[in-house]
Amino acid sequence: METVIERIEQGRFWQFHGGIHPPEMKFLTTNKPIRTVSLPQRLVLPIQQHIGEAGELIVKPGDYVLKGQPLTKTTVPLAVPIHAPTSGTIASIENHIIAHPSGLNEMSVILMPDGEDRWRERHIVENYSQLDKNTLVEKIANAGIAGMGGAGFPTHIKVNTKAKIDFLIINAAECEPYITADDLLMREHAASVIEGIKILDKILEPAFILIGIEDNKPEAIDALNHEIKQFDKIKLCVVPTKYPTGGEKQLIKILTGKEVPSGVLPSSLGIVMQNVGTCHAIAEAVISDTPLIKRVVTVTGQALEKPQNVWALLGTPIEHLLQECQYPQQQKRHIIMGGPMMGFSLPNTQVPVVKTTNCILAPSEKEIPDANQEIECIRCGQCAEVCPAQLLPQELQWHAKAKDSEQLTKLNLFDCIECGACAYVCPSHIPLVHYYRVSKAEIRQQKLLDIKAEKAKQRFEARKARLERDKKAREEKHKKAAEARRARMNSGTEEANKEKSAVAAALARVQAKKAQQSGVQANTTNDDKKSQVADAIARAKAKKAGQSAPNGDAGDDKKQQVAAAIARAKAKKLAAKEQANDDSAEENINAVETKPTSAQDDKKARVAAAVARAKAKKLAAQEQPSDVGTDDTGKSPETISSTAEDAKKARIAAAVAKAKAKKLAANTESDDQRTEGEAEASTKDKDDVMAEAIVEPPQETSTSTQDDKKARIAAAVAKAKAKKLAANTGSDDQRTEGEAEASTKDKAEVTAEAVVEPMQETSTSAQDDKKARIAAAVAKAKAKKQAANADTDVKQVEGEAKASTKDKTNVTAEADVEAAGETSTSAQDDKKARIAAAVAKAKAKKLAEKAQKDNQTS
Amino acid sequence: MAYWIASSPHNHIQDKTSALMRLVIYATIPGIIAQWYFFGWGNLIQIGLATVTALIAEFLVLSLREKNIKEQLFDGSAILTAVLIGISIPALAPWWVSVLGALFAIAIVKQLYGGLGHNPFNPAMAAYVMLLISFPVQMTLWQPPLSLMHHQLDFVNTLSVIFTNFTLDGYSVEQLRTHIDGFTMATPLDTVKTALTMGKTVEEAMTSPVIGEYFSVGWQWINAAFLLGGFVLIYKKAISWVTPASFLASIFVCSFIAFMVSPDTNTSTMFHWFSGATMLGAFFILTDPVSGATSVKGRIVFAALAGFLVFIIRKYGGYPDAVAFAVLLCNMAAPLIDQFTRPRTYGHQ
Repeated sequence: METVIERIEQGRFWQFHGGIHPPEMKFLTTNKPIRTVSLPQRLVLPIQQHIGEAGELIVKPGDYVLKGQPLTKTTVPLAVPIHAPTSGTIASIENHIIAHPSGLNEMSVILMPDGEDRWRERHIVENYSQLDKNTLVEKIANAGIAGMGGAGFPTHIKVNTKAKIDFLIINAAECEPYITADDLLMREHAASVIEGIKILDKILEPAFILIGIEDNKPEAIDALNHEIKQFDKIKLCVVPTKYPTGGEKQLIKILTGKEVPSGVLPSSLGIVMQNVGTCHAIAEAVISDTPLIKRVVTVTGQALEKPQNVWALLGTPIEHLLQECQYPQQQKRHIIMGGPMMGFSLPNTQVPVVKTTNCILAPSEKEIPDANQEIECIRCGQCAEVCPAQLLPQELQWHAKAKDSEQLTKLNLFDCIECGACAYVCPSHIPLVHYYRVSKAEIRQQKLLDIKAEKAKQRFEARKARLERDKKAREEKHKKAAEARRARMNSGTEEANKEKSAVAAALARVQAKKAQQSGVQANTTNDDKKSQVADAIARAKAKKAGQSAPNGDAGDDKKQQVAAAIARAKAKKLAAKEQANDDSAEENINAVETKPTSAQDDKKARVAAAVARAKAKKLAAQEQPSDVGTDDTGKSPETISSTAEDAKKARIAAAVAKAKAKKLAANTESDDQRTEGEAEASTKDKDDVMAEAIVEPPQETSTSTQDDKKARIAAAVAKAKAKKLAANTGSDDQRTEGEAEASTKDKAEVTAEAVVEPMQETSTSAQDDKKARIAAAVAKAKAKKQAANADTDVKQVEGEAKASTKDKTNVTAEADVEAAGETSTSAQDDKKARIAAAVAKAKAKKLAEKAQKDNQTS
Repeated sequence: MAYWIASSPHNHIQDKTSALMRLVIYATIPGIIAQWYFFGWGNLIQIGLATVTALIAEFLVLSLREKNIKEQLFDGSAILTAVLIGISIPALAPWWVSVLGALFAIAIVKQLYGGLGHNPFNPAMAAYVMLLISFPVQMTLWQPPLSLMHHQLDFVNTLSVIFTNFTLDGYSVEQLRTHIDGFTMATPLDTVKTALTMGKTVEEAMTSPVIGEYFSVGWQWINAAFLLGGFVLIYKKAISWVTPASFLASIFVCSFIAFMVSPDTNTSTMFHWFSGATMLGAFFILTDPVSGATSVKGRIVFAALAGFLVFIIRKYGGYPDAVAFAVLLCNMAAPLIDQFTRPRTYGHQ
C-alpha cells in the first residue's frame, strides 16, 4: 500500500490495456457555468431509478406534495426512495416511458408543479462529525442516493460494507467525450464535493482517499487542490486522458495497480469507488437535509444552439431541456442519453431525467453520421488492441454470430464492460458491442430456461413420488375398511345379516364372472316353438354399504315363452385392473361377469331377450377410464346398439331412454346427486310404447309414442344427462337411476328396469304372452364416479337392455352411451308381433375426493 | 418526427477497410518503381494483367454469390492481391501466368472460402505457389537486371515477350537471360544456391555478376524500397510493427547463427534480408490480417515461425526463395497459434 502511495505522490500510475482517444468535444460546454432551467410543466418520476428494487408508493393521485417529500418508502435494503423535486400535485401514477435503451415503460409518478417550490421541513445538520455511522448511512439511504456515475447502485449499500477499506477512490475521471457535468460540478461546488468525501471518510474509514481525475480538467483540478490542501489523507491523482479511464475496474488498475478479479466486488480488495456527483449529493443530504432531487446534466451536441450544463430536476422531460438549450426543429432527430460511447439513443423526448442521467447529446448529422454499412471482419485485430478488458473482440464476434455460447463464455464475454472501444476503432464498422449485448441476453435467457427446466423436473418427480405414496395409503385404507366391514358383518345384527346377503350375491356374481372368463360364451337364445322360457334374473350388487338389495322380478304369464333377462353388473376398480367390456344383446362380454341366460321358446314365442347391463367402474384418478363397448365399441364412448327389425308383422316399439348423470366433485364436503333416468315403454295389446325418462338435474326428455290399433311403431327416446361439478368434495354420492320399462301387454311385456348406483341393481322382467314374440328392452345405465384429486374414482355404468321379440321379430338395440350419448331406436312392428324395445341409459359420473363412501341403491 | 435509434458507441473512427487496402497498395509503389527501374516494364505489365483479371473474377463470383458488387468489388482487397501477384511473378513470364494466378487467387483461394475475411490462406501467395509448382519453367524465367542485359528491353519489346515469348527482334526469353559471357543469369538467391550445390563457397558465389557490389544487383534496392513502403504503413498504423520486426529478427537470428557456424556455406544476414522477397513478405504479405494471427503474441510467434521457415527452405529446400511457402505454412498454423496466445482477460488469472 505504501508503494502505491509513493508512486502516486511521484505522479506515476499504472496503465490499463488498450483504450482509445476519441475526440473529446468537451469544449462545447466546459466554459459555461451550470445553468438553472425553468420549471417544466410536469415531472415524470419513475419509481425505480436505480439497480435493485422499487420502493413502495406512499402517495396517490390528487395528493399535494411538498418539495423533498418522499414519494416512495423503502421496505427492503436494495430499495431507494424517490422524492418530489418540487411542490405540486400528483396528477397520476401510470406507466411512462423511462430512460432505458429499449424504451421500456415503467410505473412513474406524474407530478404537476404548482410553481411555488415549497420545501418540506428540513433539519440542517451543523456538525455531521457528531453523528454516528449508522445515522449517516440512514440519512444517505433516506435521501434516495444511488450511484450517479451511470450504474445507479444504491449508495447506502456500497458504503455500508463490512470490509476493511484501504482505498476510497473518488471517480472524477469523466472520460466520455462531450460530458462535462462532473467537471463543472467540481469547479463550482468543490467544497461540497470534498464535504461529501469527508462524510464517506467517516463512514468507511479508509486508509487513503484517492481522487482520480483526467488531466483534461485543469480548472477542476485547481479547485479540488484548493479544497484538499489541509487534508493529507486525500490524494488528487491526475491521470492521462484516455477512454475508458473512468471505468471502475480501469481506474482501480490505474491508481492501485490491482485488478478486480472477475465476478468480485472491489470491496474484496479493500477498495470502494464513488462518483463525484454522488459525493456532492451525500453532502447535500447529510448537511442540508436535501434529498436527491436534481442533478447536473450536460446538454450538448452541435445540433444545439446553446449547449450547456444545467441543474435539472429529476423527472424533467428531455424535451424541456432541449428547448432550454434551443434544439432546432428538425425532421430527423438523434438524441442520445449518456455519452457517445456508452449512451443510448432515445425513442422520444418525453423520457425523463433520472438519477443516472449525466448527459443529453444532440449531435448534428455531420458530427455523428449514420452508421456505416457493416462489412466483413478482416481480423485486423485493432479491436483487441484497444480492449480495456483484454478480450478478443473479433473472435467474440465470430462466435456471437454463430451463437456459440460455450465459446463466448470461454472467451469471457461477460467480462466485457461494453465501453465500445472495439466498435469505435473497427474499420469494418461492425457494431461489436451490439452483438455482445444480444449474446449476453441470449445466454442469460438460456440460463434462466435451464433453471426452469431443472425445477420442473424436480416438481415432476416429487409429484410422482407423492402419487405413489397416496396410492399406497389408499390401498391401506381400503384394506382397513374391508376388515372393518367384515368385523361388522360378523356382529350378528340384523343389519349385518342384510349385509351378508348382499355379500353372498356379490360372491355369486364373482363366480359367474369366473365362469365366463374361462370361456363361457354369452348367452344364446334359442327358440323353441312352443316352449316358454321365462327367465328372470335379478342381480344385486352390494359393495360397500349394506343397503343394496337385488331386485329381480320375473313374471311369467301363461303363454310366455321366453323371458330372458340378463342383468349384468360390472364393477371395476381401475386402480387394480383394467377391463374392457363388450356387450350386446346377444353377444359376448369380456372380463365382466355375465350371466348367460338360455331362453327357451315355446312354439309361438320366439324370443324374449332382455338384456340388462349394469356396469360400474371405479377409476382411479390418474388412470384412463376403462372402456366399455358394445359390439363395435372402441374406447371410452360406449355404444350399445340395439336395433329391432321386424319381420312381416312385427312392429317396432322402441323406447330409448337415456339418462346420464355426471358429477364431478372437487372439493365439496359431500354432494348428493341423483340422476334418475326412467324409461318405460309399454306396449299394450297392439303396441303401446311409452318411454319415459326422468333425469333430475339438467335435462329431461321423455317421449312417448302410442300407436294405433296394431301398434306400429312406438319409439321413445329419452335422454337425460346430468352433470354436476362440485369443487372440494369430501364424499360424493351420486345416484343414477336408469330405469327402463318396456311392457308389452297382451302378448309381450317387457319390463326393464335398470337401477344404477354404486350398488347396481338390475331387474328385468320379461313377460311374454302367448303371441308375444319378442320383447326387447335395453337399458343401460352408467354411472361414473371420479374422485377429484385422483384418490378414488368410481365409475359405474349400468346398462340394461331388454329385448323381447315376439313371433318373428329381431331386435337390435342400438345405443350410444357416454360422451355423445346418442341413442336411436327404431322399432318396427309387423302385424302380430310386437316389439317393445326400451333402452334406458343412465350414466352417472362421480368424482369424489376420498371415495370411501358406500353406494346406495334406490 | 423520426428518431434515429442506434446501438452504442455512436461515434466512430472514419477509417474504412477499403481505405486501409488502398493505403497498402500505395505503399507498394516505391517497390514497384524500384522494380521498374531495375527490371523494366515486365512487372508493371504483369500487375496490370493480374488486376484486370482479378477484378473480372471478383465481379463474376460476387454476382454469382449475389453480393453487394458495388461495395465489395472496389474494397481494394482484390486489387491488392493482384498487385502482389504482379510483383511476385517473374517479369517476363507469359501473360497467362499472371492471369491464371489472379484467377486462382480470387476465385478459389478467396471467394470459394467465403470471400474477404474468410480465406485461410493468403491469396497472392497461394496463387504464387500454385503457379510455381504447376509451371516451374515459366515461373523461373527471372529476368536479369537491365544493366546486365545486352539486349535493350523497352516497353513494346517487354509486351511482346510476355504475349509471344519473343521480342520484336526475335529474341527469346532464354536469349535475353543469357549473360554476355554466355551463361544464363539467375536471381542472386538462385545463383548462390547453385554455386553452393556445386561445391563452391559463398564467397566464390558472391563474385557472380548478379550479386554486384553489395548483396544483389537491383534486388537489394527493391527490397529497400519495400522496406520504405513498410515504414510508411507502420507510421500510418495500417500494419502492426510487430509482425515484420519479428519476421526480420527471426531471419536475422537464424542466418546469423548459421553464418557464425559455417561462413563458407551460409550467406550473410543482410543477404537474406535484401534479396528475394524478404521485405515484400515482411511488410506486405505476412501482415495480411485475414490469414495471419491476431493477437500481438500470436503475431510474434507467427512471423518468427515464418522467418525460421524462410531460412530453412532457402538453405535446405529445393527452391531458392521460400517466402511463399513459409507464409502458407504459417497460415495453416495461425488458428493454432491464436488458440495458444490468447491474452489474459482483465481480472482473470
